[in-house]
Amino acid sequence: MKSMFQELNRNKVLFLMIAPALLFFIVFSYVPMVGVYYAFTRFSFDGGLFGSEFIGMKNFEFLFNSGVLWNLTKNTVLYNIAFILISNILQLLCAIFLSELPGKLFKKTTQSVMFLPFFVSFVLVGAFVFNLFNSDNGVINTVLQQLGMQPYDFYVHTAPWKYIIVFFHVWKGLGYGTVIYLAAIMSISDEYHEAAKIDGANIFQRVRHIIMPMLVPTFILLILLSLGGILKGQFDLFYQIIGNNGMLYNSTDIIDTYVYRSLAVNFDIGMGTAAGLYQSFFGFVLIITVNFIIRKVRSDYALF
Amino acid sequence: MKIKMEKTTIVFNAIGYVIITILAVLCLLPFLLIVSGSFTPEMEIVAQGFKLIPKQFSLDAYSAAFSSPKQILDGYKVTVLITLIGTMLGLFLTSMAGFVLSRKEFKYKDKLAFFIYFTTLFSGGLIPWYIMMVKYLDLKDSYLALLLPGLLSAWNIILMKNFMKSIPESITESAKIDGAGEFTIYLKLILPLSTPGLATIGLFMALGYWNEWFLANLFITTESKFPLQFLLYKILASAAVLKTNVAGNLSPDFQPPAETLKMAAAVIATGPIIFLYPFVQRFFVKGLTIGAVKG
Repeated sequence: MKSMFQELNRNKVLFLMIAPALLFFIVFSYVPMVGVYYAFTRFSFDGGLFGSEFIGMKNFEFLFNSGVLWNLTKNTVLYNIAFILISNILQLLCAIFLSELPGKLFKKTTQSVMFLPFFVSFVLVGAFVFNLFNSDNGVINTVLQQLGMQPYDFYVHTAPWKYIIVFFHVWKGLGYGTVIYLAAIMSISDEYHEAAKIDGANIFQRVRHIIMPMLVPTFILLILLSLGGILKGQFDLFYQIIGNNGMLYNSTDIIDTYVYRSLAVNFDIGMGTAAGLYQSFFGFVLIITVNFIIRKVRSDYALF
Repeated sequence: MKIKMEKTTIVFNAIGYVIITILAVLCLLPFLLIVSGSFTPEMEIVAQGFKLIPKQFSLDAYSAAFSSPKQILDGYKVTVLITLIGTMLGLFLTSMAGFVLSRKEFKYKDKLAFFIYFTTLFSGGLIPWYIMMVKYLDLKDSYLALLLPGLLSAWNIILMKNFMKSIPESITESAKIDGAGEFTIYLKLILPLSTPGLATIGLFMALGYWNEWFLANLFITTESKFPLQFLLYKILASAAVLKTNVAGNLSPDFQPPAETLKMAAAVIATGPIIFLYPFVQRFFVKGLTIGAVKG
């Protein structure tokens, strides 16, 4: 204890410089952790944190027995797997083509265009969805009618939304991921390519036997890292695309949208906190597991 | 450079050009649709729906949007101010924290770094955080609710720390021998050398603040305090209500802009980003690439 004060005194300025950051995380991250206690209560606004009735695991039991938890987990995990796989594969593909194709102007233009979605807000994604799919005058229905087909009412069918959500997720991250993979490709030494060319390897063989093997570690690492966050949902994306359209919840509700609705629509604080705690806890277990695996395979890439 | 291209190369290039072109078009198409929608007369939308190339060109939606520009100007004001203040203050706090954690002789650097990093591994969730913000910090309908949560992130601090670690130690050591204090070293020596890192993190932060709508959705209730993106969200949602309410009372040859107004609002709210994009993109790519190579 004494040595700590000595240290504090000796590095007063350094402590003062990091103090605002520490205060920030205490107030906005650590203190709210105490609030997971709400998950074990029937929340009442008058009672507040410790004045609400303690009901043990009842909220969790309800979430589990009603099947809500299973549905939310299934949706969150499956969407994330689709996001991770499709995004990474497309990004990898784009990076390979952009590194090997001739034509500087073409590559520069397309890469700029593909990076553009990363910069816009999810509200704009909501505007896109409205413009494309709304049943009165959306672009898709305009096209269908011009082709002499029946208009399709997207807002009463659940089937298309899975694909719409995945599409816009991939759409938004394409340019960003491509840059990451491009950087990895650029770091491959030219000597490999030169040697392969001398040996008469064509471009497909070079992609297959040089670029791919060199990128596999990056690919696997990025996938593993993403798997650690597989229980975390992208609230912005789902909320801006689906909004409060209850008819679509069954196939589009993720943990984050459920927690948000518990807070802002149903005012079911205890239940929402319970779902959030479930997500945080198993998310934590997942990251620890993933980190443990990475540590075994490539310890220099481990998170901690 | 070979003069004659191999057959396989031609095939590869053909496939590549096709795939990349399709993907680039898909990335751009929604933007084009919004812009063309905003320049279409309302009557045409009602009769035929949105399409890529309108028959007629109209500025009705924009003149309607700017007929009472107060809403939009308020939105711009809030967003610009929050973005500027948030990014500046956030960069200052992030770089100070990163500086402290990058100092080798600072005994508690690993413990404090983990204290900060742990917040990315486990959280109390949205609801306890919300109750903290509203009940205990009393931030409902306050600008601070838009500003504070984005100020610091563990990732940015770690990124900053790693960046500053790569600055040669001899610089700080010689300054210390000359009697410079820690804060002077940070301000006069390390900060100027960290500009590439600061630029990258600053751009990410500014983009985050500019595109912010979620915090406003949770906390802001007064309309004049709406940031731009949240205003757009409200316009997209509430204009729909407006339309269904008035539809019956309108004469058949007059259509006030409603659908097209939403599109114009989307263009107005996104315009600056698109305009700055060519300048900003280069920084982003550079910053990302530095991070990626370093792993």
